[in-house]
Amino acid sequence: MADEQKKFLNVSANPHIRDSITTQKIMLYVIIALLPATAFGIYHFGAYTIAVILTTVISSVLFEYLYEKLMKLPITVSDCSAALTGLLLALNLPPEIELWVCVVGSFVAIVIVKQLFGGLGQNFMNPALGARCFLLISFASRMTNFAYDTFSGATPLAKLKAGETVNTYYMVIGNEMGTIGEVSVIAIILGACFLILMGVIDLRIPASYIASFTVFIALFGGHGLNSYYIVGQLAGGGLMLGAFFMATDYVSSPITTKGKIIYGIFLGILTGVFRVYASGAEGVSYAIIIGNLIVPLIERWAPLKCFGYVKPEKGGK
Amino acid sequence: MKANSPAERIFNGIVKENPTLVIVLGMCPTLAVTTSAMNGIGMGLSTTVVLALSNLFISLLRNVIPDKVRIPAFIVVIASFVTMVDMLMEGFTPALYAQLGIYIPLIVVNCIIFGRAEAYASKNGPVASFFDGIGMGIGFTLSITVIGFIREFIGSGAIFGQPIGNLADYMPSIFVMAPGAFMVLAFLITVRAAIINKMEAKKGVRLNVTHTDEEGAYCSGCAFAANCAGKLQKEAKAAAAAKPAATPAKPAAKPADKAEAKPTDKAEAKPADKAEAKPADKAEAKPADKAEEKPAEKKEEVKA
Repeated sequence: MADEQKKFLNVSANPHIRDSITTQKIMLYVIIALLPATAFGIYHFGAYTIAVILTTVISSVLFEYLYEKLMKLPITVSDCSAALTGLLLALNLPPEIELWVCVVGSFVAIVIVKQLFGGLGQNFMNPALGARCFLLISFASRMTNFAYDTFSGATPLAKLKAGETVNTYYMVIGNEMGTIGEVSVIAIILGACFLILMGVIDLRIPASYIASFTVFIALFGGHGLNSYYIVGQLAGGGLMLGAFFMATDYVSSPITTKGKIIYGIFLGILTGVFRVYASGAEGVSYAIIIGNLIVPLIERWAPLKCFGYVKPEKGGK
Repeated sequence: MKANSPAERIFNGIVKENPTLVIVLGMCPTLAVTTSAMNGIGMGLSTTVVLALSNLFISLLRNVIPDKVRIPAFIVVIASFVTMVDMLMEGFTPALYAQLGIYIPLIVVNCIIFGRAEAYASKNGPVASFFDGIGMGIGFTLSITVIGFIREFIGSGAIFGQPIGNLADYMPSIFVMAPGAFMVLAFLITVRAAIINKMEAKKGVRLNVTHTDEEGAYCSGCAFAANCAGKLQKEAKAAAAAKPAATPAKPAAKPADKAEAKPTDKAEAKPADKAEAKPADKAEAKPADKAEEKPAEKKEEVKA
């Protein structure tokens, strides 16, 4: 049967959903939404970042293809999810990272975190973040070597933690040190607006994440309602990138509204705990992968209602 | 191979019921000390010594130890051997002793040793138990040495403590940390299962744990006996046969197992008193008329 005919003669159980949205389209929307941050990263850190981004994207797609070929699975490279994972991974790497580290990261993301658990839709945590944490633990010095204009130094978040002054205006624009994709808050928000307008991501996770993080920082950050400190914490590090692009990953976040809000609040508190009490300055990636792990628990508590399910009245049998 | 013979026990410990990769016991040392291959060998061999000797002694004492206090009794036996090994290692291999640290005294509570004492040595003769301990110990040593070797090579770019150039700079050091242990262990379990299943399919030999083995007596040494589908089927069958209605035993839901379809000659030929000393599952595999005589007593025995 031709594909055209299939569309009309498709016999399946209800509810019948007719929509033109596909996995490929969603992935492409997210990639488009990441372009401002990517472009800013390339502009800000120089041409070498192009090599980093291309390496992670190409090697991610290649690993996906090779694994599926080797395991005799249907090839799903065309759904762009591997390319998106590669791009997200690149945006989470420092600009002067060596290229072989990128390849190792892509391998971990695609083969270990995603394919070994069953491929797209089955991964228990965000592949890009899983790979980033793997690299962060394995190659600590390489992964925290942030350089900018051949001058390497601490990220604004580390400075903030050490009590030094930071320029919050530069942090919002992105004229600072950090990983390729996280520096410019404006570019990230621009992409996030596009995703929200297209209906790809739900505002609930990032909103509850950022709100609960702000409250946590105000309460326990040690600086009270000091707006300078709070803005610095919000604009610094991977919070924005994580909240809009990582925490909202369909596979590893809860489905229900209630679940999403609990998840967001949990992430906010966890990030705050890591940033305030842990030895490192950054905690977004660890917070999100730990959040990913407790998603099954959240979903048990906030389960998806079955289609047509009516809650039995209390008191009745 | 004859059931419970030394060679069979050793083969069982290494391949069929490998304590690390099949029964997944003793995870604490498996995950914690395997940062290098040498650590794996040291840990494995010291555990093997304790395992073999404690199995032997517990088997010798199995008719003396009252059932209700058997766990404390096992601990005393095991702890004595661990103390000996601990002191000997401190004296003769101080470097390795320092490296393994707390994990040597912790062999006392290693669940492989407990598991074998409870599941095997307390029910079988001393020779078989001793070789069971040797087999399990070798299986454990091999597994954790391989885990240690892989972790050492990938994590710190060294083989048996010898660094290879400056390879360490290019290796993901996460593998010598906790997450690497889990990854390598999972990888090895998968690889072992894949290889064994392929060999089974190809050569038609039994390399996985089976509970309806023609050789019989397998349940006696099996760590999975408590909730084994094959055993439960047998019990259901025995219970059905024991009913006063005297209807022929219904075939179980899946009559795939050979031994179930036709009771082995061995089990049938054995006199009742001899069979009684052996664990209950075997007795239950017997034809219905014999099992009918004392099912109640045996159930009690199992529960206690």
